[in-house]
Amino acid sequence: MASIEVGGKSYETDEEGYLVNLAEWNPEVGVYLAGTESVELTEQHWEVINFLREYFEEYQIAPAVRVLTKAIGKKLGAEKGNSEYLYGLFPYGPGKQACKIAGLPKPTGCV
Amino acid sequence: MLHIINKSPLSNSSLESCLRVAVSGDILLTEDAVYAATSGNAFEGKLREAMGRFKVYVLQPDLDARGLGDRLIEGVTGVDHGGFVDLTISNNNCQSWL
Amino acid sequence: MSEGAVKKFMFVNRKAPYGTIYALEALEVVLITAAFDQDVSLVFMDDGVYQLKKGQQTKGVEIKNFSPTYRALEGYDIEKLYVEKESLDARGLTEDDLLVDVTVLGRAEMGALMNEQDVVLSF
Repeated sequence: MASIEVGGKSYETDEEGYLVNLAEWNPEVGVYLAGTESVELTEQHWEVINFLREYFEEYQIAPAVRVLTKAIGKKLGAEKGNSEYLYGLFPYGPGKQACKIAGLPKPTGCV
Repeated sequence: MLHIINKSPLSNSSLESCLRVAVSGDILLTEDAVYAATSGNAFEGKLREAMGRFKVYVLQPDLDARGLGDRLIEGVTGVDHGGFVDLTISNNNCQSWL
Repeated sequence: MSEGAVKKFMFVNRKAPYGTIYALEALEVVLITAAFDQDVSLVFMDDGVYQLKKGQQTKGVEIKNFSPTYRALEGYDIEKLYVEKESLDARGLTEDDLLVDVTVLGRAEMGALMNEQDVVLSF
């Protein structure tokens, strides 16, 4: 099992770098994970990350990209609820990459 | 519709649930479900009752394997693996009850 | 799948949660199937109706409580949830005990609905 070191504390990750224990996540870990993905977090990124964490809290799954896109549109407005905007923030996919940074598991059905 | 059952009705409710919900069509009993179609078993009455609505088949090799080839209830048809395939083709859809 | 080839998929849930892995596995398959834009129906009958019971608390058994995920299905455009009335009755449950909106069908209506499907998968 792999692990990362943030702020003097060690966090277990799986072989793809996803946090094993979701409860351990904190914003500092988010920033670190973003760094491993070469993503510099802006307010727009945090909007999506926080949305994902709330979604997970409520439904206990990471949403599929299509579902995330629709839900973001509903909550944050149509100009943000589209793939172009979300891929602009997370080039390797709002599902895979944003979930990883948010400390969520990989979305079900995402290979 | 073809309903495939593979558990004994004396220890599992799949066949009973199938008979409760399914409207009509074919039922194929395989593996341990073949016990349902043997004379004298406690489920015989319920199966006979269902035979008005359904055409009932058993997979003969499974029945033979259990030493009950000579106990098949009258009106139930034994099929081999080829017959199993034919049933899946002659029906529009099928459900393997778990 | 090619455009226009929408098939009717029915997932039949007949097992209680936690005792076996079937309920959780079925849910995962359903979520994946949602990506293919098919006509998906979920059926809950026999002990499968227990999957939808409100108020599941799994902390004490150290198993993930996946019941909140049924509420996410609507967001996945899976809105056809059917529960067999006889199964609810046999377990002392009513529609009010369930954590999502469902359509309650009698056994004959349920059987007719099964007949209409292109693909029926049992869990």
